[in-house]
Amino acid sequence: MKNLSPKSITLLALVALVLVAPLFFPSSFYYRVGTLMFINGLAVTGLVILIGYAGQISLGHAGFCGIGAYACALAPVHLGLPPVVAMLLGAIISGALAYLVGRPILRLKGHYLAVATLGFGILIFMVLSNESWLTGGPDGMQVEDLGLRDLLKSLGLSVPAAQVWYWFSGLVLLLGALLALNLHTSSTGRALRALHDSEIAARTVGVDVAHFKLMAFVISAVYASISGSLLAMMNKFVSPDIAGFLHSVQMVTMTVLGGAGSVFGAITGASILTALPQGLTVFHDYEHIVLGLIMMLVMIFLREGLVPSLIKRFSRRQG
Amino acid sequence: MSDLLQFVFSGLTVGAVYALVALGFTIIYNASDVVNFSQGEFVMLGGMSTVFLSAAGVPLPAAAILAVVITALVGVALNKFAIEPARNASVVTIIIITIGASIFLRGVAQIVFDKQLHRFESFSGDVPIEILGATILPQSVWVIFGAAVIFTGLYLFFTRTLTGKAVLATANNRLAARLVGINTNFIMTLSFALSAAIGAVAGVLVTPITLTSYDIGIALALKGFAAAMLGGMGNPFGALVGGLVVGLIEALTAGYISSTYKDAAAFIVILAVLFVMPSGLFGRAAVNRV
Repeated sequence: MKNLSPKSITLLALVALVLVAPLFFPSSFYYRVGTLMFINGLAVTGLVILIGYAGQISLGHAGFCGIGAYACALAPVHLGLPPVVAMLLGAIISGALAYLVGRPILRLKGHYLAVATLGFGILIFMVLSNESWLTGGPDGMQVEDLGLRDLLKSLGLSVPAAQVWYWFSGLVLLLGALLALNLHTSSTGRALRALHDSEIAARTVGVDVAHFKLMAFVISAVYASISGSLLAMMNKFVSPDIAGFLHSVQMVTMTVLGGAGSVFGAITGASILTALPQGLTVFHDYEHIVLGLIMMLVMIFLREGLVPSLIKRFSRRQG
Repeated sequence: MSDLLQFVFSGLTVGAVYALVALGFTIIYNASDVVNFSQGEFVMLGGMSTVFLSAAGVPLPAAAILAVVITALVGVALNKFAIEPARNASVVTIIIITIGASIFLRGVAQIVFDKQLHRFESFSGDVPIEILGATILPQSVWVIFGAAVIFTGLYLFFTRTLTGKAVLATANNRLAARLVGINTNFIMTLSFALSAAIGAVAGVLVTPITLTSYDIGIALALKGFAAAMLGGMGNPFGALVGGLVVGLIEALTAGYISSTYKDAAAFIVILAVLFVMPSGLFGRAAVNRV
């Protein structure tokens, strides 16, 4: 293990997780929870690039999830596009929109950036819930399935829908994680981390700060959009809540809780916060209290997030 | 003309509430650089506590005062147990802590109180007052008047009293304030108590008009935060202007353009202002030390 780079270790751990977890699944419900973990993990991996690498905050990324989701809901019906193409279309729209609004928004810093992204997300949410002639309004609308299961069936393979989604989303998450990890060690990754540490210092050594921030914003928007598309197609249903403020907060919390600086940490955060509410339904009324407490305690006592803090503690004990 | 006046009245009423929430954000931000996203929960606690205390037989004025005191204590506890232990953490970390606190308080409220909508009697009845063809509820007058009293009171507190000046000194430079003998920990506690109490007063004043329930906090926190940023974070006068502007934009959009997009209008204006003035209307320009 000593010779492996952190990148390979992360990837191996993820592959192992995707492959081994189903051995412990007693029912198809668990495949569904697993799929949700992977889809959230994908969105959160995008936020690692924005928050962890570049050090910028966004409280409006659910807006991009909404665009991805509604692209998959609307394009097959109105434009006759196959769902996969609709997903790509959503990603392109999200990326383009992020590029357009990113330029002015990313000049802002700290809390001002937070309120601007928040406002942007709310605008998307409002359009989705108010233009009911197109989006069905707050009641939401049906979404066509990806059609992967039918494809497999025509090849003679019959796999339950929950499992198809599990393996497919696991694969997409691995791809997303691979890209993010490669970005980390590339020159772009170095530039992003440099501007995270000190924008002025980075600018002094010739990093085009505005360009790299915008790049991180666009990439994370595309991740969020694809995760939104997958979520909508898996549920075969979408409502404007997918673009809501709470979803944005949820994604940022997952990222920071697990450890914004590391892809593996953030995916861990996503998995915990996805699985937790499923477990907490037992407590029902106490769900909010427990969730709020966990958010506060982790951030107070493990400030860098679960995974990086624990690794630090562990390696200190060894050293 | 009377239409316009009508919209302005309703805009000023909501605007006064937003301004009070924004003021709460500002006071805590000045003392500690923390943006407290559970500010909206203070408004909820003020209203809900009053409802349940008066249902338990406490006379309304006493219930309202008790509710404000309870909320102030919750504010102090929040500072003691969630903000102080996280000193010097990054902006994102603190944002998550305060959002966690707001979810936690909402969860507690949903168990201690319930999930229903509540209101109590207006202070001076519900007969609308007619002014130049437009009408205004007596309770709206209470809200606007209450906000004016609080803003004036705080202005006097900050400029005329030693403690108030100590708060301003802490806001300017915490280390320097400590060097001249100001107990900055006490100032932090005071700021959280003050800002929770202001939120609670807003909740008490507005509940007869808008009703209250355990989950009204998020929307108020978003609007209040936006108003505070519009005015320029850290500036109480900016909070007042920001709150009133957001309230008026909402009311005028709802009246003249479309009520479904009233929330959108406020955020479009805020985005537009931030594009031109990245530190808000009255904010100090940020200076970076390297």
